[in-house]
Amino acid sequence: MTHSAQASASQAPSSQSAVSMSAACVEGGFSDPVMEAQVAFRALMDATARPGSLCDLPGSLAPPAPLPEGLGAVALTLCDPDTPVWLAPAYDTPEVRGWLAFHCACPLVTEPAESVFAFAPAGADCPPLTAFNSGTQEYPDRSTTLVLAVEALEGGAPLNLEGPGIRSRETLAAAGLPEGFVAQRAENRALFPRGSDLLLVAGLRGCALPRTTRVTAASTGTSTDEGAE
Amino acid sequence: MTGQAQDIAGGMAAYNFAYLDEQTKRMIRRAILKGIAIPAYQVPFASREMPMPYGWGTGGVQVTASIIGRDDTLKVIDQGADDTTNAVSIRAFFQKVADVAVTTRTREASVIQTRHRIPEEPLTVSQVLVYQVPIPEPLRFLEPRETETRKMHALEEYGLMHVKLYEDIARHGHIATTYAYPVLVDDRYVMDPSPTPKFDNPKMDMCPALQLFGAGREKRIYAIPPYTRVVSLDFEDHPFEVQRFEEPCALCAARDVYLDEVILDDKGGRMFVCSDTDHCEERRAAGNRGHLAAEEAYATTEAAQ
Repeated sequence: MTHSAQASASQAPSSQSAVSMSAACVEGGFSDPVMEAQVAFRALMDATARPGSLCDLPGSLAPPAPLPEGLGAVALTLCDPDTPVWLAPAYDTPEVRGWLAFHCACPLVTEPAESVFAFAPAGADCPPLTAFNSGTQEYPDRSTTLVLAVEALEGGAPLNLEGPGIRSRETLAAAGLPEGFVAQRAENRALFPRGSDLLLVAGLRGCALPRTTRVTAASTGTSTDEGAE
Repeated sequence: MTGQAQDIAGGMAAYNFAYLDEQTKRMIRRAILKGIAIPAYQVPFASREMPMPYGWGTGGVQVTASIIGRDDTLKVIDQGADDTTNAVSIRAFFQKVADVAVTTRTREASVIQTRHRIPEEPLTVSQVLVYQVPIPEPLRFLEPRETETRKMHALEEYGLMHVKLYEDIARHGHIATTYAYPVLVDDRYVMDPSPTPKFDNPKMDMCPALQLFGAGREKRIYAIPPYTRVVSLDFEDHPFEVQRFEEPCALCAARDVYLDEVILDDKGGRMFVCSDTDHCEERRAAGNRGHLAAEEAYATTEAAQ
């Protein structure tokens, strides 16, 4: 199934469904790959340097459903044959596999812990942060960057953010974060320098929560941050 | 390749925008993101051969090439100066391969590549400072084995660095390290700020600009995010101090800046001038005059321009 989807881009299509599938795989990339990848990377770099700030990703691409365009933009900017990618079951369709194979040529893995980049919708479909690779004490950079699709980056329950890149305190009110997110982040922060890094994406807006950012619930004022220093 | 290829020498050869191929840029970009996520941790990367020798800023050039875009304005300084060989050639390189706007004014630049200085003018949140780094490992001269220094960073075992600073005190009566002075970033990793004078160390602390470090020969990239604690290592009874200069800049009369000593003759004559040429020029343009400033000559040059 998967194999035929990847191969269909280069082989002569034998049926109507194969035609539409190969078109979905080949089309929908950046219209100007070099410059748009640069714009997207600068947005992601600024977002990572300033956790909690919102960035805009370039919007000329159209990945096949159900992969959201913002996640597609991150994949086209950062993924290639050197980066094993894990797809949440909700995104793991032949069209998405074929699109990633054509545009990024990234290997797909079945274990979240083996991935360098993971793409998932926030919610029950996404494993806990601990399921991903947190690197080693010697090589903490060899960890997963989880790219999470959320409903919105504004209008949710406010979270307080502190840490490098933030002058005093930043607030993020993303809607649709997974259950127990604050506790998961505290657990992740306690692993430092190990830990997974997080990109939240809603539509074409993005926000980064690198492992250094300490996340606490703003409404209750209680800290779930005991694990961190 | 829709219009992004740069025509070199009348169409004889075409390079990708900003010289590097896209897969190399992605590899460096991933290293930069991990570097920002783990402040001051040295991320290994597959450094490429660049059209300039190691030691001429190949690490900084690769970082700049991976982040720079059409809207950027680039400034390049070498020991604070915009007009020395290294700075001029790197600036020309990016004009050629990325067709990017360049400037010597610190406040007009969005990306500043530097060799061994931080500009005197305070940096802003919209700027990125890219350092060229020769030896990224602060522990390298104390422990030559990479396996060991990596383990020391993993275990946060930095006693050896304090022994080195203590030996300075035992031998000289004070901490005699004046450049590449080790810093502790966000209370975790000890980092080499590259061979900047220790005068510049305080500017790294809670700096609003993102600071990226590239070491081409040693194949390492590291970063300090904006607003991050950077503390110079010291002892309670020997606190960290920056260099002080007894006289102001001989050209622009600036105090509290880093000065270069210039030998004037073979009879001991010398002058001290701003290392940051842009800062010095702006001050002179604003009417500040040091005791050796050539009043007439300067006015004539300005009129000529």
